[in-house]
Amino acid sequence: MSQTATVNERAAPAHERPSYLFDGVTLKSWLLTTDHKRIAVLYMISITIFFFIGGSAAALIRYNLIVPEGMIPSAETYNRLFTMHGVIMVWFFLVPSIPVTIGNFVLPLMIGARDLAFPKINLLSWYLFILGGAVALYALFVGGADTGWTFYAPYSTNYAQGNVVLLVTGIFISGFSSIATGLNFIVSIHRLRAPGMTWYRMPIFLWSLYSTSVIYVLATPVLAITLLLVAFERVFHVGVFDPRIGGDPILFQHMFWFYSHPAVYIMILPGLGVVSEVIPVFARKELFGYKFIAWSSVAIAVIGFFVWGHHMFVSGQSLYASIVFSLLSYFVAVPSAIKVFNWLGTLHKGYIRFDAPMLYALGFIGLFVMGGLTGLFLAALAADVDLHDTYFVIAHFHYIMVGGMVSAYFAALHFWWPKMSGRMYPEMIARAAALLMFVGFNLTFFPQFILGYLGMPRRYHSYPPEFQVLNVLSSAGASILAAAYLMPLVYLVWSLLYGERAPANPWNAKGLEWETPSPPFTANFAITPVVTDGRYNYPKPETSEAHG
Amino acid sequence: MAEEIAPHLHFQYADTGHQEETAIAGMWLFLATEVLFFGGLLLGWMVSRHWQQAGFDAGGRETVLWIGTTNLVVLITSSFVYSAGLGFIEADQPRRLVQCCAVTIGLGTIFLALKLYEWHIDLSEHLFPAGPFKLHGSEADGARLFWSFYFVATGLHALHLTVGLGVLCWVIREARKGAYSAAWHTPVEVVGLYWSFVDIVWIVLYPMIYLVGRGT
Repeated sequence: MSQTATVNERAAPAHERPSYLFDGVTLKSWLLTTDHKRIAVLYMISITIFFFIGGSAAALIRYNLIVPEGMIPSAETYNRLFTMHGVIMVWFFLVPSIPVTIGNFVLPLMIGARDLAFPKINLLSWYLFILGGAVALYALFVGGADTGWTFYAPYSTNYAQGNVVLLVTGIFISGFSSIATGLNFIVSIHRLRAPGMTWYRMPIFLWSLYSTSVIYVLATPVLAITLLLVAFERVFHVGVFDPRIGGDPILFQHMFWFYSHPAVYIMILPGLGVVSEVIPVFARKELFGYKFIAWSSVAIAVIGFFVWGHHMFVSGQSLYASIVFSLLSYFVAVPSAIKVFNWLGTLHKGYIRFDAPMLYALGFIGLFVMGGLTGLFLAALAADVDLHDTYFVIAHFHYIMVGGMVSAYFAALHFWWPKMSGRMYPEMIARAAALLMFVGFNLTFFPQFILGYLGMPRRYHSYPPEFQVLNVLSSAGASILAAAYLMPLVYLVWSLLYGERAPANPWNAKGLEWETPSPPFTANFAITPVVTDGRYNYPKPETSEAHG
Repeated sequence: MAEEIAPHLHFQYADTGHQEETAIAGMWLFLATEVLFFGGLLLGWMVSRHWQQAGFDAGGRETVLWIGTTNLVVLITSSFVYSAGLGFIEADQPRRLVQCCAVTIGLGTIFLALKLYEWHIDLSEHLFPAGPFKLHGSEADGARLFWSFYFVATGLHALHLTVGLGVLCWVIREARKGAYSAAWHTPVEVVGLYWSFVDIVWIVLYPMIYLVGRGT
């Protein structure tokens, strides 16, 4: 697959070069690095911390809901907890998640480049993320806010208690980090592909990262100006969104969801890409319908910009607008279904192995289908008027974001872990964790569909006693889920020290990243590779030596 | 390519041309994010005006037309001067580039000084939307909203302009160190794109602030 094109000035025989992990061992060499692989590691440590903070808030939410009157005495505390959970999980875990960690690491490797187009901006993005995260955490722990992650005006601008302005500032700052990452990815994919790496030879993961980046770049600035106006209104008590002095609260919702609906697809598109990478490798088959999967990512990103109004069916927006938004929302199901059917087509007659990444990917398909189909209930205008702001909505988007995206994140983490760390994780424990996660997830969130259908509203500290059984089931599931999330934290860290050393290509997978050593050296490739064929042309199982 | 390593070439690029085009592409994409940032603000502005046209127009008539117009001329001239500087460095005349940058900075500073003076006038006439307000009656709400958008938009524009002035100072410093030549001057071009964007934002804001209210 590779021949000489350009000789790198750093060229030295591969065995003499240190891996990126040991190319400088001081703290400074990590904190001032411009190597995309090290920045990916920095990001991975950071978002793991945020994941467990956000997860702790979720655990306390489920703890509170065990009894109808609420285990936590104060409703105000409960409001601050779900705000903390939402803000941290959305902006400091899900939005960055796969792109800034796995994406940052493998994107240049996948296109045969030595780094991203703008390495310093990549490092800057991490610092902005840390700064924004620190400000948000400070705001959440010293006072907190009770607005929910959506900051609806005029509640957020006039009545809400707590550090709304500071919290909004943290999110505003971290938005620049998203923009920097998206900009870097788009430009790198356009400009740094190795000779022969045509668009249709690119890994599907890159198509999904590209689509995600388009949303980062085009939607985040609108959130930035919206949050700025919220802060302005709250500080100066003027009425951009406050109807008492001529403002328009619906305008806030339009501007907020113009970002936040596309951002929902930021929180799933990378996961769709990961699953498209994992399935062909563990089914030993060419990816079925490559072009359809590639373009369906782009389609989801584009359609995602035209459906924001489906969050506002009961806001008082025009009925005709609601009908149009409802119809457009159905369109999102088409590219999503294309992906699912193509994955099934890939699995069909494949030689399937159930390694941990594959278990996560298969779990993803099931949960994504559940989440996607219940999304159609909510896109239906009449049904949504009934289900709006109930636990049905909570269950729906957790099926997509936790069942989907977090599963995909773990799939990606296990799949590329040997490449990133140079070590193999313990396979059987990892499979057990994957199964436990699937069980715990369904037990947590399936009861919430029923609760929502029965009419339990979201964001309430207490509930009528007849909902208790389902709530206890959900909380029990959450404890299983928590254990399943702690397992990878333990065994992945363990594998760094005691894991078996990983070969360059442990999965016998195709693709440029598997042609570099595990872990790769700083410059990725000694010579720029020349790509001569596509990524997914696995030999037929009968002739494959990779039965393993 | 490999035989001759240019001093500014990063190791992920094949040659300086490849690197330069990539940097310019990055700046254009960044400007796209800026367009959406200001675009969101202008959208909110226009929607609000649509509902409260009389109030917005009454508010708009209170703006200081002569300062806005002068600033429009100042800023367009500054972009013209900077473009001339870019032309000079393409002809390998770094000293002329430095002079052009200095004039651009001067014009930018004049803009900021006039803007500060204008804000001073606005505030002393009680046009800040919070607190006691100059206008009363049925148009007061719309006018307050106009002035909310006015202060947010002009504030953000001034912030962008201030960042631009800082970057221009950096270009001067680098140019005096002899960093730029006809063969390599990517930063000069990238900064020029940004400066032109700051200019264009004002070209869009100018009619929305100063002209629309007076036209009715």
